[in-house]
Amino acid sequence: MTAPQSTPAKITSPSMFQPSPNLAKRYKIDRIFEIAALISTIVGLVVLAVLLTDVVLDGLPRLSLNFLTNYPSRKPEQAGILSPLVGTIWLLLTTAAIAFPIGVGAGIFLEEFAADTLAAKIIEINIANLAGVPSIIYGLLGLEVFVRIMEPITKGRSILAGALTLALLILPIIIVATRESLRAIPNSLRMAGYALGATRWQVISEQILPLAIPGILTGTILALSRAIGETAPLIAIGALTFIAYLPHLSLEGFQTPFTALPIQIYNWVSRPQVEFHTNAAAGIIVLMVVLLLMNTTAIILRNKFQKAR
Amino acid sequence: MMSESKPSEQQENQQLWRPNRQRSKLVELAVKSLFGLFALVSVATTIGIIFVLIFETIEFFREVPFWRFLTDKEWTPLFSNAQFGIFVLISATFLTSIIAITVALPLGLLAAIYLSEYAQPKLRQWLKPALEILAGVPTVVYGYFALLFVTPLLQKIIPGLQGFNALSAGMVLGISIIPLVASLSEDAIYAVPQSLREGAYALGATQREAIIGVVLPGALSGIVASFIIAVSRAIGETMIVAIAAGQNPTLGLNPFVPIMTMTAYIVQVSLGDTPAGSLAFKTIFAVGMTLFVLTLILNVFSFWFVRRFREKYE
Repeated sequence: MTAPQSTPAKITSPSMFQPSPNLAKRYKIDRIFEIAALISTIVGLVVLAVLLTDVVLDGLPRLSLNFLTNYPSRKPEQAGILSPLVGTIWLLLTTAAIAFPIGVGAGIFLEEFAADTLAAKIIEINIANLAGVPSIIYGLLGLEVFVRIMEPITKGRSILAGALTLALLILPIIIVATRESLRAIPNSLRMAGYALGATRWQVISEQILPLAIPGILTGTILALSRAIGETAPLIAIGALTFIAYLPHLSLEGFQTPFTALPIQIYNWVSRPQVEFHTNAAAGIIVLMVVLLLMNTTAIILRNKFQKAR
Repeated sequence: MMSESKPSEQQENQQLWRPNRQRSKLVELAVKSLFGLFALVSVATTIGIIFVLIFETIEFFREVPFWRFLTDKEWTPLFSNAQFGIFVLISATFLTSIIAITVALPLGLLAAIYLSEYAQPKLRQWLKPALEILAGVPTVVYGYFALLFVTPLLQKIIPGLQGFNALSAGMVLGISIIPLVASLSEDAIYAVPQSLREGAYALGATQREAIIGVVLPGALSGIVASFIIAVSRAIGETMIVAIAAGQNPTLGLNPFVPIMTMTAYIVQVSLGDTPAGSLAFKTIFAVGMTLFVLTLILNVFSFWFVRRFREKYE
């Protein structure tokens, strides 16, 4: 390897370790440094607390059953989040239905069928790169491919187009979670299966997956909670903000225009009237509650999984 | 398998135990091909992104000469006297990212140092997930916070601050990427072997001197990589800047006035009813291409940097 191998002696400047008689002063600086590090760690948490308090103070008075059951409206006091909330739930389920099988399948392929092959390595590098692509770029991809090229199937700016875009966005997360859960299963189980004459797929489906599935589900839920908070890609593919109907529970339902909670929140935030800002805060509370529920489910699942093993 | 002396028993066993190997093989092949196809979806996504961006960007440059894209001093593609100076948007993106990094870099790095070097395991168990919550907050919520909480607060301190500005957007953006910097840097710091710290102590260093003189240089490649990835994230971040930094394309680095980042421009055009094939439609892909190339360069650079300068410990 050509990487420079440096020893501690090379890194440290000689002045740093020159025996200084003033030990008390050095310890004092040490103390200050530690406190500064602690404060830096806490700053983020304090901001989080302030943020949540601010949103709850702004939005809680507005939160009511009417707010949940009304459609968005031009009049702030009558506006509600029924269609955005339902839109988010539709998006969530559709995205999950697309991304879960594909992500888990790809993860199984990379970990169990093609581990350590060149193809797997290329895909691995590719996934790492995809994680660094800004989400709005996925929106542009969705706009061109799902909204325009696949228009006969998706009917343009529809729930289906949105879900496909979000599915691509979270696919890398699900693949990585699947691979990590599979890797955690001891190899002896696989060997035992092969020794009994089972094929790879029989071993995976009968022995490995049942053990790995809680971990995979946890990763998937976390990925989905990222998806429902995403705003930029949905704006890029053209989500609407005023939708005064709910999608039909049918195949055509997937092809109807849609809105989602983050889109509605963005719309309300970007209006000048204070009343709409209050609505935005109330919408944020609902969104955060949905996210909290999902994350709690994921954590409970993970804990149960860890105890069982 | 069985002894051949008992043909009848063997036959019975064959009926009982012999699996349908033909079918198993077929199923195996089908599953493998299907899952392989799924794995290719991620490759197809990359290819799709590159093709879509290149295709629409070429279309864009058929109408707008490349040199105007680089040399125009304004960004007004929707006006009748259209100007296409991409550097107007790049300067705004640069400005918010610099502010964000100024916030996230020291806080994230110090948090990483605290978590890996000072925090008791119990405390660490609580702090890490708490920081992860910070990363899980949707960016539209941060945007709300920047516009309606941080900006009014800053306006009390800085009188000339406008309602939309790069400062509060950049600061909140910085807060939102602290967990990223902290967790990536912590991984790097954690990888430095304990023996190096002990060596420093043996030479008479205090804990801080050991951290600054030995641990941080040892983890430098990972720390730098985490900064680069954080910059790349800040450049691509959309909702915070679209909400709090404004929609006003101006060239310059004044953090107190409304500006328009690349991502904010894509949002602005997407919200309007832009017919496909129009020039405005093509501009968002040209801007998207610029954004993609910038983040890609940073990501590739960080990979390269880690590989080139990683300290290898046995």
